[in-house]
Amino acid sequence: MSKYEPVMGLEVHVELNTKSKMFCRCSADYFGEKPNTHTCPVCLGLPGALPYINEKAIEGCMKIGLALGCKVAEVSRFERKNYFYPDLAKGYQISQYRWPLCVRGEMEVVGLEGKRRIRINRAHQEEDTGKLSHIGGVTLIDFNRSGVPLVEIVTEPDFTDTAQVRDYAKKLQQLFRYLGVSNADMERGDMRLEANISVRPVGQKELPPYRVELKNINSFRFMVAAIEYEIKRQIEALERGEKLTQETRGWNEEKKETYLQRSKEEAHDYRYFPEPDLPELRISESEIQRIRESAPELPWKKETRFMSEYGLSESNAKILSESKEMAEFFESSVEDGRKLGVGPRQIANYIINQKPDISVKVAEKIKVMDVGVIGDIGELGRIAEEVISENPDLVESYKKGKVTVIQALVGAAMRKTGGKVDAGKVREILEGKLG
Amino acid sequence: MNDDLTKLTLIGTLEALEKNEFSKEELNHAYLGRIKELNPKLNTFLNVQESSNGIPAAIKDIICTQNIVTTAGSKILSNFLPPYNATVVEKLLSQGISVIGKTNLDEFAMGSSGENSAYGATKNPWDLEKVPGGSSSGSAAAVAADLCTFALGTDTGGSIRQPASLCGVVGLKPSYGRVSRYGSIAMASSLDQVGPITKSVADARQVLEWISGPDGYDSNCVQNGFTIKDLRFKNNLNGLRVGMPKEYFGKGLDSGVEKVIREAIKKLEDLGAEIIEVSLPHTEYAVAVYYIIMSSEVSSNLARFDGIRFGSGREDFGAEAKRRIMLGTFALSTGYYDDYFAKAAKVRTLIKQDFEEAFEKCDVIVGPVSPTVAWNLGEKTADPLTMYLSDAYTIPASLAGIPGLSVPCGFSDGLPVGLQILGKYMDEETILNVGEVYEQNTECHLRKPNIEGLEGVGGLGNE
Repeated sequence: MSKYEPVMGLEVHVELNTKSKMFCRCSADYFGEKPNTHTCPVCLGLPGALPYINEKAIEGCMKIGLALGCKVAEVSRFERKNYFYPDLAKGYQISQYRWPLCVRGEMEVVGLEGKRRIRINRAHQEEDTGKLSHIGGVTLIDFNRSGVPLVEIVTEPDFTDTAQVRDYAKKLQQLFRYLGVSNADMERGDMRLEANISVRPVGQKELPPYRVELKNINSFRFMVAAIEYEIKRQIEALERGEKLTQETRGWNEEKKETYLQRSKEEAHDYRYFPEPDLPELRISESEIQRIRESAPELPWKKETRFMSEYGLSESNAKILSESKEMAEFFESSVEDGRKLGVGPRQIANYIINQKPDISVKVAEKIKVMDVGVIGDIGELGRIAEEVISENPDLVESYKKGKVTVIQALVGAAMRKTGGKVDAGKVREILEGKLG
Repeated sequence: MNDDLTKLTLIGTLEALEKNEFSKEELNHAYLGRIKELNPKLNTFLNVQESSNGIPAAIKDIICTQNIVTTAGSKILSNFLPPYNATVVEKLLSQGISVIGKTNLDEFAMGSSGENSAYGATKNPWDLEKVPGGSSSGSAAAVAADLCTFALGTDTGGSIRQPASLCGVVGLKPSYGRVSRYGSIAMASSLDQVGPITKSVADARQVLEWISGPDGYDSNCVQNGFTIKDLRFKNNLNGLRVGMPKEYFGKGLDSGVEKVIREAIKKLEDLGAEIIEVSLPHTEYAVAVYYIIMSSEVSSNLARFDGIRFGSGREDFGAEAKRRIMLGTFALSTGYYDDYFAKAAKVRTLIKQDFEEAFEKCDVIVGPVSPTVAWNLGEKTADPLTMYLSDAYTIPASLAGIPGLSVPCGFSDGLPVGLQILGKYMDEETILNVGEVYEQNTECHLRKPNIEGLEGVGGLGNE
């Protein structure tokens, strides 16, 4: 057992899939578009241009915040985060700092030692930057992404193992899709992860006096690998008696190691101050209520409900609540099944095993299979006769007392009818005829 | 004939055009001819548009005009062709106004004398060796010299009112949020307002009606535009309560200017107004608060001038721009923010409250715009602090976001003096009404500078 334990927090950025950008009317659907075609004076940061708030984005941020159990601040503010980078058109990013839109939420995650509550510090609204491409010694800038709405979700340093981190990130991704606020595609950069990692001696209560920020990690797998590497690196450094300091590190996937990007001395002073171009954001209680009520049932709630309401196993419930579409398909099938006398567990099994297209009427399919049996006893009898005459060896074994071969005869009946017979009933009839 | 056309006020011009006394072509021809003659002496225009089919207005060169170079008085933007019009320009164009030219200014509107322009100082039409005030130097000088029917300026700490005062014309800084800032190149976003510089108070009222109103491009712009209503005061000011802040009549106020201002206030009293002494106790902190908040916002607003997407590199910033970028960067830095920016923001609230309390006792507040008349070119350039203090009477209203009007009220040492009339937030109506009654009952606004007779200092004073 190690003498050290990791202390970790996560910052997740997610691009919202609003029609237009955060502060202008340009289309925010930029992926794969010709560079610099989704731009205007505002997102290019031209002299004289001003930001104008996209209310749909604010709504998206509130949906996320509320789903994470955050409180939506009655009054919040945008601030300017000042730094120079060629992809940052205005020389500052409009973000939130001292007065975020959503504060103090939590999420339950599962790690190596079971369930754990992770406190969410905030979910705030900001804007994306342009994108740089370094090609043959020159750097090109595409401002199509500049000003696309971005929500940043920051946790408290509550993670203690990488399984929790992975579960948290996965659950967030699922949440964004459920809420319909983002495609949350890691590869496309819709969702980006940053982890703050430090380690402390087991038993120590205070937070370590430093933290290492891991940036620019574009897959769950790389993130877990990077964090594990980093924990190991830090423990080894501390054991050698080294003093660790604040720094930003990246992940080199080829070498499977983290590398220094920026040390404490090079850290930016962002000179945050209230964005004078924008008024305070005031959100009324009725607005919050409206968003709360329009929110879909969350995946983890659905999962437990599927177990209690439909008697599904935990694993089946998890699979069927994986996506909102899947869950809706399942529940509408259950609804159909209610009228046709087809149970939820039958439906769950069918969906999970057969993986039908969502256009398929699952309950009717199951019903049709049932109908072949119940509706025509004579037909079933004929099928049984055929099976008996076609499988003399099995019949003989059965008659000699090897009653288990009845299963093989039932199977033959199933094959013959394409599964449209009720195994129990066929068995009964077969037993009657052979008895 | 031509000279007579250019002497008309905007309202007078509109009436004459209505009556077909002359055509728009003749109007433009008259102004263009006068610009050609006088601009070399005054350096008011940075570029002139040879259009002929609108009512010619001069636009401060910090307000973006589509496909017309907009420099903000800076070398950095010497070739900047905006791909869009500022909202105020769009609004004027839709009223049949045309841009006759872009006017000179202190670089990025930072200055009180016009001398910070990268394109040489503008001269005061009353005396070519004097500054016209700033930063809307060219706009005020162009109106004073009858080179346009009216002009647009911008006011952050006094940049409309002070040059209007020093050039003997009317200047209105609207309430913050009354007029869209979209397309006006930002200096300090929480303070900047676009407003008219005109030949009469009625003109200013007309222009404000045109340029105000909601804009889906400026989140701080209010929904209600300014509309011209029946005037409360017609030929007298009976029932008006005029506040006179004692803090605006103390140390630093030139005795000649003070005499003119006190006479103007006496005139208001003669017209029926009740004069009440009020106090704005935090006035003494206003300049300090302004230089922290303004420069902080400047340091951020000028960050986009990185030479990547437009304009030249940062080495082309002038000295004053660099000074303010450094001041502001310092005031926002970790460890200093609380002592500077945050504290200044708190004192700003106190200054706002000063006005709210004073306006419980009065309808308007009056005082000087500038502590002195126009000074000599070069006189204050070596001492930025002295220059900053020349805005001590205009800055408080900017911090409070309330409207302010400068109306010509007399002369001291042969140079114009402006009376400042401050109003409640969004109450431009009253200050314009008071200004107009004053104007109609006095004569000083009828005096015009004799530029043709003045001997210039020669050249454009390019640095």
